[in-house]
Formats: sequence, C-alpha cells, structure tokens
Amino acid sequence: MNTLMGLINLEHEHDFLEELTYFRCGAAAPFAGRYRLIDFTLSNMVKTRIEEVAVFTNTKYRSLMDHVGTGADWELARRHGGLFILPPDWNDPTDISRGDLRHFHNNRDYFHRSKADHVLVSGSQFVANTDFDEAFQHHLDTGADVTLVSVQLDKSLPEHVPQLRLETNEAGQVINLTNDQENKHAFTNVYIIKKEVLLRLVDQCIAFHKDHFLFHGIKENLHDLHAEYYQYEGYSFFVNSIESFFRHNMNLLDPDPYRELFFKNEYVRTKISNEPPVKYRETADVKDSLLANGSVIDGDVHNSVLFRGVKVKKGAVVKNSIILQRCIIEEDVHLENVILDKDVRISSGQTFIGSKDKPFVVAKRKQI
Amino acid sequence: MKKQCVGMLLAGGEGKRLGLLTKDLAKPAVPFGGKYRIIDFTLSNCSNSGIQTVGVLTQYSPLVLHKHIGIGKPWDMDRQFDGLTILSPYTAKRGGSWYSGTADAIYQNIHYIDQYDPDYILVISGDHIYQMNYDDLIQHHEEKQSDATISVIEVPWEEASRFGILNTKDNLEIYEFDEKPKEPKNNLASMGIYIFNWKTLRSYLLDDAEQTDSDHDFGKDIIPAMLNDGKRMFAYRFEGYWKDVGTIQSYWEANMDLLEEDLSVSLNNKEWRTYSQDVNYPPQFLDSRAVVENSLINSGSWISGTVKNSILFQCVEVGTGTTINKSIIHPHVKIGKNCTIERAIIMENVVIPDNTVIDGTKETEPVVINDEYVEQLT
Repeated sequence: MNTLMGLINLEHEHDFLEELTYFRCGAAAPFAGRYRLIDFTLSNMVKTRIEEVAVFTNTKYRSLMDHVGTGADWELARRHGGLFILPPDWNDPTDISRGDLRHFHNNRDYFHRSKADHVLVSGSQFVANTDFDEAFQHHLDTGADVTLVSVQLDKSLPEHVPQLRLETNEAGQVINLTNDQENKHAFTNVYIIKKEVLLRLVDQCIAFHKDHFLFHGIKENLHDLHAEYYQYEGYSFFVNSIESFFRHNMNLLDPDPYRELFFKNEYVRTKISNEPPVKYRETADVKDSLLANGSVIDGDVHNSVLFRGVKVKKGAVVKNSIILQRCIIEEDVHLENVILDKDVRISSGQTFIGSKDKPFVVAKRKQI
Repeated sequence: MKKQCVGMLLAGGEGKRLGLLTKDLAKPAVPFGGKYRIIDFTLSNCSNSGIQTVGVLTQYSPLVLHKHIGIGKPWDMDRQFDGLTILSPYTAKRGGSWYSGTADAIYQNIHYIDQYDPDYILVISGDHIYQMNYDDLIQHHEEKQSDATISVIEVPWEEASRFGILNTKDNLEIYEFDEKPKEPKNNLASMGIYIFNWKTLRSYLLDDAEQTDSDHDFGKDIIPAMLNDGKRMFAYRFEGYWKDVGTIQSYWEANMDLLEEDLSVSLNNKEWRTYSQDVNYPPQFLDSRAVVENSLINSGSWISGTVKNSILFQCVEVGTGTTINKSIIHPHVKIGKNCTIERAIIMENVVIPDNTVIDGTKETEPVVINDEYVEQLT
C-alpha cells in the first residue's frame, strides 16, 4: 500500500545538550516554552497521517516515555498501530547485529506487521512544523528507493557542521552524502525509504557486521539505489548543541519566526498539561517573551522563554534566559543569559550572568 | 456493580439571564476563567471527591457541551463500567419527552441510577463556581442519619431574600424551605447541592411523576414534599467561595474574583486541581510594547497592547496601542490596534477593528460583544 509508517531513530544521537541531557535524551529536551524536541518530528509524522510510529531509543529514555505516554496527545493511542517506544531489549543469543542495526534486527516485527510499504525515518534534531506529503508524493512519483529531505542553508551556523551534504547528478538524483562544508545543500536526517529496501539493507548491514544504518546501509549503497531528494523550503533549523538550543529558543522571541513555526501550519502537538492560564500580578513587567501556562509572574521578564509553572517573584529580573518547568525565582534575583533546567530554585537576592555565546546552565533540581 | 454514591449533574438549563452568552450554548459550557468552561468546576469537584460515577443531564444546545465533556477523560472518568455518562432526553416504547424539570430529569433516568444500586445520590448542577469536597457532605449525611442533606452557604442578611433559604433548628435540621422569602428567618441559602438516600428519593420521584400539577422541581416539589412527610433533612454548612453565575454581572464578577489573591478557589491549587480540556496551542507571546498587569492569559495569545485586570482565553490577539481593562476576552478573538475596551465580554471568534472604543463602565451590566454588535459599530 502507498502508505507510510514512521520511525524516530535516536540510537546515534549522543547527549548533545550538556546539563540538559544529564538526565534525559536529547529528544526529550524541553524546547520553546512547552514542547520537547521530539514533539516536532512526532507532530510532523501525525500531520502526514502516519498511523504507526516507532521510537528506537537507547539510553535515558524515562523522561521521553513519561512525555509521550501512550501517544494519546498525538492521537497515536490506537487499537491498531499507534506509538511504539522501543528501548533496547536484546534477548536473541544468536544476534550478531550492532549499533542501530540491533534495533532494526530486534524489532523487525514492527516493520512486518505494518501494511505500509514505505517508512519515514527521522531523528529529533531537525525542527520544523510541516507535513511530509509533498516529499512522499515525490518519492512515489519518481519510484525512488529512498528520498532524502534536505534544506538549502542560507548561512553557515555552527550547528550545520555535522549535517551531511547532498551530492546530486544532473538527473537530480543523490549520488553521495559528503562532509563538504562549501556545499549548502544539507541533509535533515529525515528520509523516506521503501520498506523492502530498508529490510534488505538491514540484512546486508548485519551480515557485514555494520553498526550504522544510515552510513553503511544507505550512504555506502547510494551507487546501487535510486535516491531522490526533496528540498524543504519552510522555516526550520537544527538543534544539536546547547548553543544552537539557546539561539533557536531566543529566535522565537521575534514575531516572524514565532508565527512561521507555530501558526503557519496546524499546531505542534505536545503532552497535554493541566496548568491554569498565566497569572500576571500587579508588579509584573513582561516584554518580548514566551510564557507557558501555570506561570505566576510578579517580577520583570524580558526577552526570555518561560516554561510551564515558573514563578518569578517580586523584584526579580529575568533577561535573555530560558527557564524550564516549575523553576522558582525568588525576590530580587537577577538572571541574564541563563538556562535553568526543571525544578531549579534560585534563592533571593542572587545574580547569575552568563554570556550570549555561552549561557550559564543550571542542572535539574539544583537549589542555589 | 454497586456504588456508594452516584452523581447526577444537571447541565440542561438554558441560563436565559446570561443573554447572548447562552444564545447558542448551554450555560455549563460558557467559557470561564481563561481556559475553562463553567461545568469544569463541578466535574473537577466530583473527580477530586472520588465520585467517579456521574450522569450528566443535558438538554439545551448541547453540542459544545457534549464535545467538551466527551467521555470524561480530563476528569479521569473514562472508565470501563462506570465513569461519566451523558444523559440526554430520549424516546422509548412508552414515548418520550423533554426534561420538564430538575426532578423529572432524574426520574427519566432512574434506570441509569439503578444499574449501580447506590446508597446515595448526589444532585449537583453545572452552573456554579466553587471547590467543594462532596465526601465531607456524604459523611455529614451519614452522621446525621439523614434522608436528605442540602449544602448551604451563609449569605448576608440583606441579600437573603434573593435565595432559597433553609430554616433550620440549632442542630441544622431543616424544618422549612423558603424560596426567596420577603422576610427571611435565616440566612442559610441552598446551594442546589443535595444528597439523598436513593431509596427514599426514588419513591418521591415516582410519586411526583404522577402529579399533573407538579413542576417536577427539587426546590419547589420534592424538598417540600419530603419536609411535609417529616423526613430527616439536614443542612450542611459550606465555608468557602461559591458563586452562582446566573447573570452577566455575576459571571463577570466571578471571573474577576479569580484575579483576587485570597480566594479559596485557586486555579493553582495542586491539591484540588481544576481539570479541563486542554489544547496544544503554543506559549503566549508578549512583544516589546506589551504591558500586562493583574490578568490571566491563556496559551496561543499574542499581546502587543496593554492588558489590565482582565481574563484572556486562548489565541487572543491584542494589537499595538490597544488597552483592555476589566474585561473577559473569549477564545480566538482578534482585537485591532488602538482600541479601548473597558468592562466588556467579547465572545469567541469576534474580530474588533482598529480604533474601536467599547466602554461598559456606564452600563448596569458589562457589555457582551458579538459579531452583530461589531457590525453595528462600523
């Protein structure tokens, strides 16, 4: 059938957000006031009407599982299909597979049971609000084995360095993935692949003791595959470092990127909470900021992103900062260029100032 | 499956005195407090009190209400055998009819209640704002070995004649019910919250259904009949915030009350959460010209003007140079630039053009703004 199934492959995503990934995988890192990074990919898959999504996860997945739950908030709690979180579960003593191939090998049933003939594979670091309908149509129209979703980089940013580049021939087919920084045609780590090709390449990789499906299964076989690309034109970015995390949160304080990301398309889904509306008290002074529900503001908040349930007490000043869920900022605290992870409490009168390029990051549940 | 107590939530009323607000909407579904609907407070009380078998009686304009309640998921009432059930008027072999009164609505659903063979039945309505533990009421009912217990709240003596007043002995036993008395003998007003022994109530409902001259109403018919027969009936004194949002003025006041700090209805109370349907709108955005003081604002809103002493629901846009004061702005309202809005209630999806002035300070009640009002302005 000409339908898609989804796979979010987190196996090779290292803990890319320093203190924020001490206790959680990158995909579960909070972003933009009320989301987790995985929400964007997951929502995009749902918008593409994908009805079954598997997540290959390797370590620190407790917070990820807590966040996605049964998938109900993405309408993925289904009688058939829906969401499958697949942590490591290696029971087969004859298994010789390695790297993410172990996930493919041990979860082969997921692919077999589905009626879909194509798989949309993604990581969690490419952030956009879109569906992949056009990419899939292109994939079907060209009869490609694999279609890579790409973006044209208009400027060079540090987070672009690790992104592979697409080398194409005159016919517009992808012939290689390179590390050529001069090439601005970058791969998003999102691709659509025929299911039978995927399973064939998985077998091949395992037979050759390979450990990385994208590199060894796809990149090394591009000469044998019909590989197309689909260039995504909308607002998008990569989050793969604390620096890019900080900058892209801050960019959303500009009206245009905020509208592009959140209002141009159907809204991005996330775990539903039960927080009341934001309470601004008499002394509140809030400008150029994003605030999520459940927050109570008595102080000054400028140019900052506040997640759910943050308390900013009287006389406190929060500038150019990202404050994660349920932090408490006591009276007369001054914060600038700071990232506070969840449940941090800053006692009254303290001052913390980081630099724009190197924000001061405070790990979860610290009391300072 | 036996249940100790089944809740019957009366949510079918029209709420005529809410005017435009209930033109196409059941009163319990009227938006309240920035993200809620009025019924959320009662349903959350049920959930927090451990009452998970609840029949919701709907009748007037129920589409939005039904969609909002769904299968009761936000209140953890999506259960396999009990949980929340929407009970709308129906037809059967014997014919069918609309619910002609509060008692008739329960009477027509006796078969629903009988499934659970409950000891008690809790009758509540979906148009009050309060936080109350119904379990305390049940315990009071059991201690007094009562046939019926009515929750009451002390009201100022000078206002007592606007309420249904219960005249009680010192031990809170009720001997008389006075509907809007000219000369009140007591200041304990009925909150419209009742606990009945189901067996007792059941027989009264059957009797009442036979009476052709009855209004089939709890306050007018059932309670007086039980008093007449000398049933043991006690008042339960509730202390805390309680507000009937029956008029536009009281609806507006109850919303403004949420901005006060010392109210016992606190939306931020983690021990007594107020649950509602939530939506996946992005965080709210305040730009460099935003001024927001003493207000509640929900997600998806975009603020470029001044908002004071107001309540803004989800996805409200406030243009640059606009000032909003003492107002309630329902979801998806777009307010243009350089507007002044004072003491108004703006209904869902209304678009207010630039430079509009709406001043409700001189009216007796806050002004309610819908599309037609805006068309007349231009």
